[in-house]
Amino acid sequence: MSEATENKPTNAARTMSRRQFLADTARTACGVGLLGLGIGVYSDRAGALPANALRPPGAKPEEDFLAACTRCGLCVRDCPYDMLHLGKMGDDVPLGTPYFFAREAGCEMCEDIPCVPVCPTGALDHDLTNINDSRMGLAVVSDEETCIAFLGLRCEVCFNICPIRGEAITLDKKHNERTGKHSLFIPTVHSEACTGCGKCEEACILDEAAIRVLPNHLVQGKLQAHYRKGWEEKAKAGEALVTPDTEHRYNLPEGMRYEHAGEGLIMDDADASKSDAINILNRGFGD
Amino acid sequence: MAKPFSEIGNDAIQSKGWLAAHKWLILRRVSQLGVLALFLLGPLAGIWIIKGNLSSSLLFDTVPMTEPVVFLQMLATGLVPATDAIIGVAIVAGFYFLVGGRVFCSWVCPVNMITDAAHWLRERLGIRGGARFSRNLRYWMLGMVLLLSAVTGTMAYEMFNPVSILHRGIIFGVGLAWSVVIAIFLFDFLVAKRGWCTHLCPMGGLYSVIGRYSLLKIAADKREACNDCMDCFIVCPEPQVIKPALKGAKKGLSPVILASECTNCGRCIDVCSEDVFSFGTRFNKYEKLGSEIGSAQKV
Repeated sequence: MSEATENKPTNAARTMSRRQFLADTARTACGVGLLGLGIGVYSDRAGALPANALRPPGAKPEEDFLAACTRCGLCVRDCPYDMLHLGKMGDDVPLGTPYFFAREAGCEMCEDIPCVPVCPTGALDHDLTNINDSRMGLAVVSDEETCIAFLGLRCEVCFNICPIRGEAITLDKKHNERTGKHSLFIPTVHSEACTGCGKCEEACILDEAAIRVLPNHLVQGKLQAHYRKGWEEKAKAGEALVTPDTEHRYNLPEGMRYEHAGEGLIMDDADASKSDAINILNRGFGD
Repeated sequence: MAKPFSEIGNDAIQSKGWLAAHKWLILRRVSQLGVLALFLLGPLAGIWIIKGNLSSSLLFDTVPMTEPVVFLQMLATGLVPATDAIIGVAIVAGFYFLVGGRVFCSWVCPVNMITDAAHWLRERLGIRGGARFSRNLRYWMLGMVLLLSAVTGTMAYEMFNPVSILHRGIIFGVGLAWSVVIAIFLFDFLVAKRGWCTHLCPMGGLYSVIGRYSLLKIAADKREACNDCMDCFIVCPEPQVIKPALKGAKKGLSPVILASECTNCGRCIDVCSEDVFSFGTRFNKYEKLGSEIGSAQKV
């Protein structure tokens, strides 16, 4: 009897404490979960990289980068040119992650890439050993209205400062419609060579750069997978894959040719190609 | 009954002198500031002993170190980290496994100075009440942090983590990081007593786990000399850890403070006028205990 009477309040207390325990647990889980949701939403918003902020060479794709980067700043410390920064609180850049703005200072493309091997987690890919293989972004001539090359003026600063000169940016000659007799030397970016180092944007002489380096995914188009370029297929096959076109014949005076690929009318005797400034530039200094 | 906060430790000062009664506190501040100074020596003076910050660093340009909470977040995102990070986390976790996990909290973490200051001011002004949290909340927080990494695929908590924000801010440029300092201070000062370090911080949670079986422990060696002044309980950031060691003689409990939440800060040693506490290893205390009360003791 006495045992039973003793047990009763104990059981009741136990029931209460079980209920209390469940309530406490649920409350804690809800509170922590709510905080987690807040941090999650906040980090999702604050984790977006602005379009003009570039990652150091070898950076993994942004999603993987944010998973791997411990925000230690070792890459920033080992940059001999101090052009890398860590996102401070209040900056637009994800907190604590390394970045650079091309317009302020582009990557100098050190041959030994000191910022990469020091990365402890591989957020900067250690497989990158040739800096020319890095893809920090892609240069794009973003404003043809202000770039003075399009106005018919000689500039070529972006072309000349490019560390992979003559490959990542070439000068393409176009006819100057305005004067009718001059050429435009148009800077043209080639994605297969451009590393996105940002030197062109840094060097652009305008008040606001007309050439910008942006993350590749914001710039590059992508052909549908089924696309085949006829002329490439033709070159691959070594012959026309459809009935060949009959060659067009011009009736031109002697010493003149017509070139379909864009050159237009060519006077052979003028021997213009050798002294043509744009050809000399595009050939580089070597020859 | 309760004596004013300003008189805590006065007995010890009288019996041992001010310096001896603040020995571990001073050493701890020297350690905390010293770690910061080592990190700052590079950027400020060009002397690169250690490079990086608490999240990851490189000692003498050779020894990599990576912070375990950051490392676990990385794993939770599903990423396989490079070897430097794995070696680095093994070094850091191994070190704290030996000296006590939460030695990080009390001897290294810069936030500790802020929360200690907030607690001191709170007690001096006699502020009572405020939010109450379970001490287990930090483990929930740790779970939440890792879950968050798994769900978002990024180290989402590092956008919020006051410890890394403050340390990185001091070394790489403050930005708005001072707002975090103020927020943590006000939280501990007004919202919850010892709110952040003792209840919420998930890093403290993981370091507790790491130090669960750590070698270096504080023990109430001379617990029979305890005069029940309660000063150690007042200064201790985790007072629940003291009781079993100090008052457990009758239950046959070890005098070693075994609870993993103990930060090995040594403040209890400082404020005890009877020199009850001292640093030691977890093992030799057991042997001593074995000779005292037999082998009934469970680990």
